[in-house]
Amino acid sequence: MDYNFHWRPVFRKLDQLIAAGWVTMEVAVLAMLVGIVLGLLLALMKMSNSRSLRWVAVGWIEIARNTPALLQLFFFGFGLGAFGIHLSPFLIVLFGLSFNNAGYLAETFRGGFSAVPHTQLRAARSLGMTATQTYLRIVIPQVFRIVYHPMTNQLVWSVLMSSLGMLVGFRELSGETQFLAFKTFRIFEYFLITAIIYYVIVKIILGLSWLIGRRLFRY
Amino acid sequence: MDNSATQVISFFTAFRLADLWYLGQAAINTIIISVLAISIGSFFGVIFGWILAEFNRYLTVLLNLILDVFRSIPLIIQLILFYNFFPIIGLPLKPFTAGTIVLTIYTSSLVAQVARSGIQATPVPTRRAGRSLGMTYFQDLRYVVFPIGLRAMLPAWTGVALGVLKDSALVSVLGFVELLRASQILVTRTQEPFIILTIVGAFYFMLSYPIARITDRLEKRWQND
Repeated sequence: MDYNFHWRPVFRKLDQLIAAGWVTMEVAVLAMLVGIVLGLLLALMKMSNSRSLRWVAVGWIEIARNTPALLQLFFFGFGLGAFGIHLSPFLIVLFGLSFNNAGYLAETFRGGFSAVPHTQLRAARSLGMTATQTYLRIVIPQVFRIVYHPMTNQLVWSVLMSSLGMLVGFRELSGETQFLAFKTFRIFEYFLITAIIYYVIVKIILGLSWLIGRRLFRY
Repeated sequence: MDNSATQVISFFTAFRLADLWYLGQAAINTIIISVLAISIGSFFGVIFGWILAEFNRYLTVLLNLILDVFRSIPLIIQLILFYNFFPIIGLPLKPFTAGTIVLTIYTSSLVAQVARSGIQATPVPTRRAGRSLGMTYFQDLRYVVFPIGLRAMLPAWTGVALGVLKDSALVSVLGFVELLRASQILVTRTQEPFIILTIVGAFYFMLSYPIARITDRLEKRWQND
């Protein structure tokens, strides 16, 4: 083995990597928030009575779930160029991840909604609650409890998927690592540190969600 | 001089039928690497799942800790690390080999969780009843746990398998010419990213969607048993 590990250039850039880790967190959380809104919309559209709305929702969900996330990113990155739309790397990753998250979350939400028995809705209405009250006090709390854990997983996926940004030129954690690694050719060292940073980010997210979950679902 | 103007060599040609054939071959590469990773990975994953479900706590915690690493680091980073590690110890690997090994380990770490919950889906009293009837431990696994667990884990397992099929696109980073890499090569020549990415998306969709539908249907049918 005639390879010498050089860790010093990596540690000298550690603050830059951690800053890039924040960018990863930001884009993943942002894509998650957009994904939750779009996913809710899609779930409602899929359950609606309008045939065209259902088709749009089903098309979006199935395409998001049955093609690679990287292909979706490439679509937003290079495919849209055919229509003269050129997005910045940040927007490519944000749109790609949001598109993907929305497709997966829509199915999660639909499962959550269908888990609340319809009889409960009617019971609540019979007790004199308005439709809004019924949703806010009966349906949403139960749905949230069901979808909380899958949503945490989706956030973790969102963080992991954001690493694909490096292939469309976005300087999040992976992209920054690639940039630095190819400048110094310390590829293995850089990516090992990056792997550790990803691991820590994922563990922080899971830990926080466990803490919040314990606080929210005490009963 | 004017005549030479008619002999312009065109470097950028439009999408041709032959390119569809090229994509088809690349799709076969995608299928090969996915099937290899899914089958070998599932085999080890089930063994890991069995260890997680049935063995003592220290072994379980240790194994879980190791498998968790592969679930918490982006696959693309795992691929780059693995591919760049072997030249260091003097054993450069081909992209295909490195990609298959990483995908296999990744699959087994995901299948382990699925298999564990599948094994635990059988209620303990049912298994005790089996043992009380004189079954050996392995008969109990084969005739009691396996049929119940298979049904419990099939939807989740299909989800993992389809995920790996889609994630195999990342092996393109190492230079293995599978579906996505082939599309990039074609885009470079034809300069028509929209059409080609749509076709490649359709390829993936045709591979993944039918399997997802069949599993959905099986799951519904088994609910009534």
